[in-house]
Amino acid sequence: MVHLTAEEKAAITGLWAKVNVEETGGEALGRLLVVYPWTQRFFDTFGNLSSPSAIMGNPKVKAHGKKVLTSFEDAIKNMDNLKDTFAKLSELHCDKLHVDPENFRLLGNVMVIVLASHFGKDFTPQVQAAWQKLVSGVATALSHKYH
Amino acid sequence: MVLSATDKANVKTFWGKLGGHGGEYGGEALDRMFQAHPTTKTYFPHFDLNPGSAQVKGHGKKVADALTTAVNNLDDVPGALSALSDLHAHKLRVDPVNFKLLSHCLLVTLALHHPADFTPAVHASLDKFLATVATVLTSKYR
Repeated sequence: MVHLTAEEKAAITGLWAKVNVEETGGEALGRLLVVYPWTQRFFDTFGNLSSPSAIMGNPKVKAHGKKVLTSFEDAIKNMDNLKDTFAKLSELHCDKLHVDPENFRLLGNVMVIVLASHFGKDFTPQVQAAWQKLVSGVATALSHKYH
Repeated sequence: MVLSATDKANVKTFWGKLGGHGGEYGGEALDRMFQAHPTTKTYFPHFDLNPGSAQVKGHGKKVADALTTAVNNLDDVPGALSALSDLHAHKLRVDPVNFKLLSHCLLVTLALHHPADFTPAVHASLDKFLATVATVLTSKYR
């Protein structure tokens, strides 16, 4: 279970208030598929993923990225109870989607990089550290129901 | 994993745009790593690790210079970093997991300072480049 201090929670929510969920989600998911091409295996039905520009411009990638980041919003609203918040999604990712949990860590780190590129100096080492704890907590919560 | 001609070009071009800030970025990446991944501090008991530490800045420059050497020798990274590879294997023995942590913080730092140039394709090439460096540095571990 991840334990975030009041300061860390404030750093996270403070930044989140300025995040464009739709754009950031699409960019994070797109970059995951570009930087770690084996993750494309989960998205056979998404159409053209043949190049970085095809991936980043793909409407299904953008839509799914938005979905993923919207569920991240749930994490931010429930930072003290990530396990229960992601219980259903954890079952889905294990039993139906068969996604290796390592991919949650990869996506979490890509998200941190995207946030850094958007927020520049506001993304201080302290803010980054808080977000690393959160994405790690989400990855753990999503892995929780695996068996 | 192999660095393609495109990867090499991407890395060289991006590195050329750092404008002499490489050392500064190295220090920042270390600082970020110590704060986000406190276990990494274990290798620096002899350092002042507070933000702004002169020792961290100095070490950041060392790291950046080594990466620049690698960038200038992309056709033979093992050769270029051979001495560092020996050092990490026989003396420092940094657990391999830590290279991923530093690489990640380097990417965060670079993305933060050069967002326009840090395109998805460049991001991929830099990630591969740092993974290559990490592999070379751990290649003589056993």
